[in-house]
Amino acid sequence: MSIADPIPLLDAEEQKRARARQIDRIGRWLLPVLTIGLAILLWDRVVVWNEIPHYILPGPGLVAQTLIKDWAILFDALLVTLQITLMALAVAVAGGVGLAVLFNQSRFAEMSFYPFAVILQVTPVVSVAPLIFIYVENRMIGLLLCAWLVAFFPILSNTTLGLNSADHNLRDLFRIYGATRWQRLRYLQLPSALPYFLGGLRIAGGLSLIGAVVSEYVAGTGGIGSGLAFRILEAGYRLNIPRMFAALALIAATGVVIFAGLSFLSHALLHKWHESALKREI
Amino acid sequence: MATTWRKIKPMGARPEILRMAGVNKVFNGQTVALQGMNLTVNEGDFISLLGPSGCGKSTALRLIAGLMHPTAGAITWAGGQEAGDLGVVFQEPTLMPWATVAHNVWLPYRLRGKSFVAVRDQIRLALKLVGLEAFEDAYPRELSGGMKMRVSIARALVTSPRLILMDEPFAALDEITRHKLNNDLLELRAKIGCTVIFVTHSVFESVFLSDRIVVMAARPGRVHRELAVDAPYPRGEDFRTSADYAALCREASGALHQAMGDAA
Ligand SMILES: Nc1ncnc2c1ncn2[C@@H]1O[C@H](COP(=O)(O)OP(=O)(O)O)[C@@H](O)[C@H]1O
Ligand SMILES: [Mg+2]
Repeated sequence: MSIADPIPLLDAEEQKRARARQIDRIGRWLLPVLTIGLAILLWDRVVVWNEIPHYILPGPGLVAQTLIKDWAILFDALLVTLQITLMALAVAVAGGVGLAVLFNQSRFAEMSFYPFAVILQVTPVVSVAPLIFIYVENRMIGLLLCAWLVAFFPILSNTTLGLNSADHNLRDLFRIYGATRWQRLRYLQLPSALPYFLGGLRIAGGLSLIGAVVSEYVAGTGGIGSGLAFRILEAGYRLNIPRMFAALALIAATGVVIFAGLSFLSHALLHKWHESALKREI
Repeated sequence: MATTWRKIKPMGARPEILRMAGVNKVFNGQTVALQGMNLTVNEGDFISLLGPSGCGKSTALRLIAGLMHPTAGAITWAGGQEAGDLGVVFQEPTLMPWATVAHNVWLPYRLRGKSFVAVRDQIRLALKLVGLEAFEDAYPRELSGGMKMRVSIARALVTSPRLILMDEPFAALDEITRHKLNNDLLELRAKIGCTVIFVTHSVFESVFLSDRIVVMAARPGRVHRELAVDAPYPRGEDFRTSADYAALCREASGALHQAMGDAA
């Protein structure tokens, strides 16, 4: 090879890597869509081939029809469930972060109250919910309380971990430069805790939906202002299996949307600086 | 940061800025990290603390930085210590990954309640001195190891401190980058006349940089000997290859081995 030969811009290895990247990019979307589509098709075929009656297992087509037909009822229910979920998540964020900061600032507060947080966390919400609905008059507040109980712990524990994980050299630096406790919290500990908090938030988003649904099962009949769980129960009593499936699909979709939204938020806040959000080339 | 720099005065004419007198530090009632350390720091000095690991170099710096207090003895600042008198560089760049380069350099001022706009010029100037004026808005992860260290140095000198403490700042860098940063550090010092205490376990680095070398011994950590590096500044690649440099390195190396020998 003489010096004048142009250097190829992409050698074989680089080309292979570029191709792999592209396949990766397309596959990330295509494969899930494909597998979910196939699963739905399989479901449909199983129902048709085995002539399963719709009150045992409705096919996907019927579920979709029901979703459209019962949209008015289901959408109202969805709004109720969503409202409880989001409110519970908001209160979980406030409570979880607030307690984490309190525990971080005062070791005595942490020693005294952390056990309570653990007890609340390890006690299954289904076993506490009936009591809550006895003591709490307002059904909405009862549901909210149950959903909050399930959701706040991951935020508390993750944020606590994050607040304690600030680089020790940076801590020293803050001390040398005479930072106040508040400055250290604001400029060092809270930013350090952000990735941990966002990890906890993603878990809590799913949990608050679970909390909202489970506690509604426990709360039982509600009539006005009932969420998706109640609609599932009700449809079950009436053997309206297609509607049960339609409501179930809505709950699943809600969970996916919440997770995707929180993942997006996490990416938006971290992509400039945090390892978890960085793309590695090789 | 002041725009009129301090001038480095000849050795005999430098006013004292800090004194360690009979400083002891004992950890957990058993580890004697430092015993009877005396050190006078004069304005414009470039002092290296040279010694094997475990001889209390970091401990000495942490005591001066006020991160802990001596078990016995005293550390006194001439005229008392004020905010902004001290700049610190650790072995790690120790930058905040969520903040841009300029915001990282802002930190010492920010913690004193100064707004970014108010100290914008000082930040620019400090970054210019370390050759990073084009990287104000970059995030630390976009920088190489040497560049991160430069940001760390800019942050240490942004307040024009009377004393800059550096704890093995270049130990984790490759040889080429380290040489470059050594040269640049001396140029910087010639420009702004800062006073530096520089911890290292490299004989070559200590000879190249400093006008005083404090050789330390371990177990218990103490000052073994103080050497004057009698070579004029500016020092560059010529100095690094000169016979004077080789002779000084031999002398410092001998003192270091002696210090390690009587520890064994
Ligand atoms: N916080 C501490 N607690 C207990 N021992 C320590 C602490 N810091 C340093 N030491 C001990 O003091 C001695 C000197 O440490 P150091 O000043 O870090 O040495 P150098 O920086 O010269 O390597 C070592 O034996 C070390 O183990
Ligand atoms: Mg050390």
